[in-house]
Amino acid sequence: MESYVSMYRTMCLIRHYEDRMAEIYTEGKSPLFSIAAGPVPGEMHLAAGQEPVAVGVIAHLRPDDAVTAPHRPHHFAIAKGVDLRRMTAEIFGRSTGLSHGKGGHMHLFDPSVHFSCSGIVGAGFPPAVGAALAFQRQGRGGVAVAFAGEGAANQGTFHESLNLAALWKAPVIFVIEDNHYAISVPKAQSTAIADNSDRARSYGIPGVSLAGNDVLAISEAAAEAIARAREGNGPTLLEIETTRFYGHFQGDAEAYLGADEKAQWRQNDPIIRFRDYLLAHHLLSAEDDAAIQAEVTTVVEDAITYARQSPEPLPADSLTDVFAEV
Amino acid sequence: MPTTTARKLTMARAISEAIGQEMARDPRVLIWGEDVGVYGGIFGATQGLYQQFGGDRVMDTPISESAFIGAAIGASAEGLRPVVELMFVDFFGVAMDQIYNHLAKNHYMSGGSVRHPVVLMTAIGGGYSDAAQHSQTLYSLFAHVPGLKVVVPSNAYDAKGLMVSAIRDDNPVMYFFHKGLLGLGWMPSDDWAEVHVPEESYHIPFGQAHVVGDGRDLSIITIGAMVPKAMKARELLQHEGIAVEVVDLRTLVPLDRNTLVDTVKKTHRALIVDEDYRSFGMSGEIAAILAEEALDYLEAPIRRLALPDIPIPYSRVLEHAAIPSVNAIMQAAHAMVE
Ligand SMILES: Cc1ncc(C[n+]2csc(CCOP(=O)(O)OP(=O)(O)O)c2C)c(N)n1
Ligand SMILES: [Mg+2]
Repeated sequence: MESYVSMYRTMCLIRHYEDRMAEIYTEGKSPLFSIAAGPVPGEMHLAAGQEPVAVGVIAHLRPDDAVTAPHRPHHFAIAKGVDLRRMTAEIFGRSTGLSHGKGGHMHLFDPSVHFSCSGIVGAGFPPAVGAALAFQRQGRGGVAVAFAGEGAANQGTFHESLNLAALWKAPVIFVIEDNHYAISVPKAQSTAIADNSDRARSYGIPGVSLAGNDVLAISEAAAEAIARAREGNGPTLLEIETTRFYGHFQGDAEAYLGADEKAQWRQNDPIIRFRDYLLAHHLLSAEDDAAIQAEVTTVVEDAITYARQSPEPLPADSLTDVFAEV
Repeated sequence: MPTTTARKLTMARAISEAIGQEMARDPRVLIWGEDVGVYGGIFGATQGLYQQFGGDRVMDTPISESAFIGAAIGASAEGLRPVVELMFVDFFGVAMDQIYNHLAKNHYMSGGSVRHPVVLMTAIGGGYSDAAQHSQTLYSLFAHVPGLKVVVPSNAYDAKGLMVSAIRDDNPVMYFFHKGLLGLGWMPSDDWAEVHVPEESYHIPFGQAHVVGDGRDLSIITIGAMVPKAMKARELLQHEGIAVEVVDLRTLVPLDRNTLVDTVKKTHRALIVDEDYRSFGMSGEIAAILAEEALDYLEAPIRRLALPDIPIPYSRVLEHAAIPSVNAIMQAAHAMVE
């Protein structure tokens, strides 16, 4: 497992990355959120505020464990160790990107760390079950984790995958990231019960709900679920409450939010809370913190510079990669 | 198109106006889908409807597409006339069984005794770097399945009249609006689509293609967002003395075969422009119809310009190379009239 300080650093790295992406996304866009313009076109779903989910769970994974992530993927990708330069180049659509510009921000693939994501809600559950099956057959003690939003827990793939995984005793963890909204629709208006973790009972697997967006509580619950899966005892469902600091996508006017809902989320910043905890327990000094902030800034700027300086793909490249060459 | 009073509407507004007027006229019409309520639809196609008709007739759904699209089957069989929105056509995969094995087939399998007056509406199209899962058009996929009508408006006037016909039709209708025609501030949009739309209700019958520009040298047969592109190419070619006829199909099912044959009788050359995948789709179907019914009038091989058979790439450079452009249309036209 990662040390607390290392987890804190990863959370800071994610936050800094997302804040910079929010800035860069508006570059070259007039009107401000014109989706096709600028160095980073297309949709942009940022995960600032949701760092504890990614970091608390992935802290217990090995590089050869698999993660499937949803349309809001950066925090999971960074925590899983996806190469930040190549990921950023992909988001900039450059030839040096993970997919040479073919995928973009919602379609990041890095097989070297067993990471993938999808823009289709609920699409990540079945592949995670399949990855877990592969690990089972290969006997390598690997686990797969499927991350998705609370909105995705109403998708058929969620329920089918839980049943299949339970049946197969597959080493897979389903993590529902409850950030209260699926675009404009609040959880209470989309979900017939309060806690998705209760749904685990229908499939005879453990289900745990975690409130508070607290990385240490998440880490503890994840450690248990992952150990259980590694030991061959099958899947677990975790539902983790968290908060979305930006809109559903960049440009979302968020007219559907309550008056000070966003302000409350931001005031209860999980990174600040974790920093204060580490400071209070003398696990981190103010100087350490400053050094971490400086270091993650450098790492993020390096990735952005790398992306900006990378060449665009060639038009003819659009025709390659449809099929694997034999 | 009547152009008496100039009340220009964006296509998004025209669609929501059509639905609103039909809801006011017929209490059996209601709408559901993701973010269609307070949000007004991600693409604004249900703007104002929640405020006007309330939550019992304008319903936000969970992200459970198999269930809420399938629900339209039972609801329509029992007397409602649902309009169901699912944001992007790319997402329909998760609900396809309800659509292609049930919604489309029940009328036939029941020997005509069961009807499904359902409109499924969704956004199509690329050109703004939304990559392979958010940029497809896929209308050919639905047109391939017997039992589904397929509507693809190119401008606000048609959008309203075709939506009214879709809602009044007793069959399932797939209604595809192109993101690049809607007139959204945050999405590149073709001004061509923002035209005069009468306030009073009107309908445009299905199966009537529209010759949006006439000419004698070459016919461009197309649909949706490729119509304004073809019109731009037509204008540029006019300066070179090439007179292009542009046919906007408006609906794929039913398809107006007569207009296809008539235009080729007149110009003797056909270029089919399609934003959907090239193989096994609209462009191939139209080429086949022309070969079957108008071969004698053709003076040059039929040409088609479509998305090559690749998933739509994210990077701007790659995507622009893939989706047919005004330039590509010009080049294809040049090659044909030489
Ligand atoms: C199958 C499918 N339906 C709908 C969408 C459109 N969509 C994208 S994200 C989203 C909301 C997802 O909410 P949630 O799962 O809670 O994740 P969050 O965005 O809150 O992280 C929706 C409806 C989609 N991408 N795929
Ligand atoms: Mg959510």
